Amino acid sequence: MAQDLLSRLMATQDWLLADGATGTNLFNMGLSSGEPPEFWNIDQPDNIRTLYRGAVQAGSDLFLTNSFGGNAARLKLHSAQGRVGELNRVAASLGREIADAAGRPVVVAGSIGPTGEIFEPMGTMTHALAVEIFHEQAEALKAGGADVLWIETMSAFEEYAAAAEAASLAGMAWCGTMSFDTAGRTMMGLTSAGMAALVEKMAHPPLAFGANCGVGAADLMRTVLGFEMTNTHRAIIAKGNAGIPKYHDGHIHYDGTPDLMADYAVLARDAGVKIIGGCCGTMPEHLKAMRHALETRPKGPKPSVEDIQTKLGAFSSAKDGTGDTSGDPKRERRNKRG
Amino acid sequence: MADDEEIILSELSDDELVLQMHDDLYDGLKEEIEEGVNILIARNWTPYDTLTKALVAGMTIVGADFRDGILFVPEVLLAANAMKGGMAILKPLLIATGAPRMGKMVIGTVKGDIHDIGKNLVGMMMEGAGFEVKDLGINNSVEKYLAAIESEKPDILGMSALLTTTMPYMKVVIDTLKEKGMREDYIVLVGGAPLNEEFSKAIGADAYCRDAAVAVETAKAYMLRKHNRATA
Repeated sequence: MAQDLLSRLMATQDWLLADGATGTNLFNMGLSSGEPPEFWNIDQPDNIRTLYRGAVQAGSDLFLTNSFGGNAARLKLHSAQGRVGELNRVAASLGREIADAAGRPVVVAGSIGPTGEIFEPMGTMTHALAVEIFHEQAEALKAGGADVLWIETMSAFEEYAAAAEAASLAGMAWCGTMSFDTAGRTMMGLTSAGMAALVEKMAHPPLAFGANCGVGAADLMRTVLGFEMTNTHRAIIAKGNAGIPKYHDGHIHYDGTPDLMADYAVLARDAGVKIIGGCCGTMPEHLKAMRHALETRPKGPKPSVEDIQTKLGAFSSAKDGTGDTSGDPKRERRNKRG
Repeated sequence: MADDEEIILSELSDDELVLQMHDDLYDGLKEEIEEGVNILIARNWTPYDTLTKALVAGMTIVGADFRDGILFVPEVLLAANAMKGGMAILKPLLIATGAPRMGKMVIGTVKGDIHDIGKNLVGMMMEGAGFEVKDLGINNSVEKYLAAIESEKPDILGMSALLTTTMPYMKVVIDTLKEKGMREDYIVLVGGAPLNEEFSKAIGADAYCRDAAVAVETAKAYMLRKHNRATA
């Protein structure tokens, strides 16, 4: 397999700028709440081109395809489980078109989001079924011309691993991030350090791993420091939200300014993050400010937890579960059953 | 551990058994909870006392540790599943004995959103607190919410969204209730990861519930106000 574009860029650049929000941008173009954004790949392709071009023109080296909810489990909600191939293929081919016209190397990363189902034994999703669902999506993104696959916003490591296996089946290099939104952990209780350790045990490991979405830029940077506690040598991704969602006149607006996101991008670079981007609320003007700051501000020392809090604001929880020697989040037991 | 010997539930005193059931709920041991419920009923506990002192009190501990970031979704799902086992035994007995009712809730994830973990937790914790819950599942249109309100006549409408792309739909539902002059007939609670208090106010909900434990506390508080208003 010839080396993918992302690996080549990572080998020559200190950092890469990824893209920002997909949903927030599409809403601003008139996507209505409750409608699947993936339908626009077919119905409003010019809007999707505008979305991709917005990131490229703002200086992104990499952007994600509009296929986050494009797996059969999610599309089933809209009775579109039969359209996985079409919607993902076009999501990637529109991306290919914009990237190839950029005049510089830009990576098309095929977005794969969660199924929304809970895995056995708590839920009903099985590993085999999840791999099958993700594999269908992965093949379509590959067929549409994606350079790499981009697994994102995962809460359960089982699901992250299933999507990784699908990438392997499709013969694609991949990156993968999880969302640490619950007291500094994923919704399923995984810590940042826990994820970093699990990633190293994978049979088909990612080119880069990290965190996206979650609760604001400060929390996301604390998560990055958590990854680094494991002394991982693998490239790290940071894609934080531009602040917290606020509601104004029928629109969701994120309160993080371009200046804040520029500070966040520089902190991320100084912390050793390789791929820096935004998530919800991150618009082209944020990306421009991030690119400008990354190119003009000198590299500083690795930030501490205190530095992050000073520059980006308070964390959503006092602790994030890392450095906890007790392991299991269990309370003191009265006694134990046989 | 040193004290790893088998505990025989039926040999425990009432107080010991109730504390043990709190532990077993915490650990998500469904069979043990079912056994405990049967023992208490056989000891002539009322179904209502069994529900409140053994199950609800136990789930309150689970809820508090979930709220405080000590327990996470997998543990809470297991605990709720254990509680469901106990509830299945108690439900017909509670109806037969005319135990006091806390209130009724219709709950569902809004249109376009498949995520139902949080919503399921709220539903289970509400049942655990003695509420009657009608779960509409995921992907609910305004028509589906209205039809359920019509047929179920709940006190509370609960809506959940996990995506920023679907959360504005809550406003569509609330606006429709307003148009029909029905908004004040119901307590509207909203929840989901991207939401916050400010959002809930902006769309006209009664309250934002950060997690399932808060949802139960909020529902109880609003039910009390509703009763007070009715008798005032």
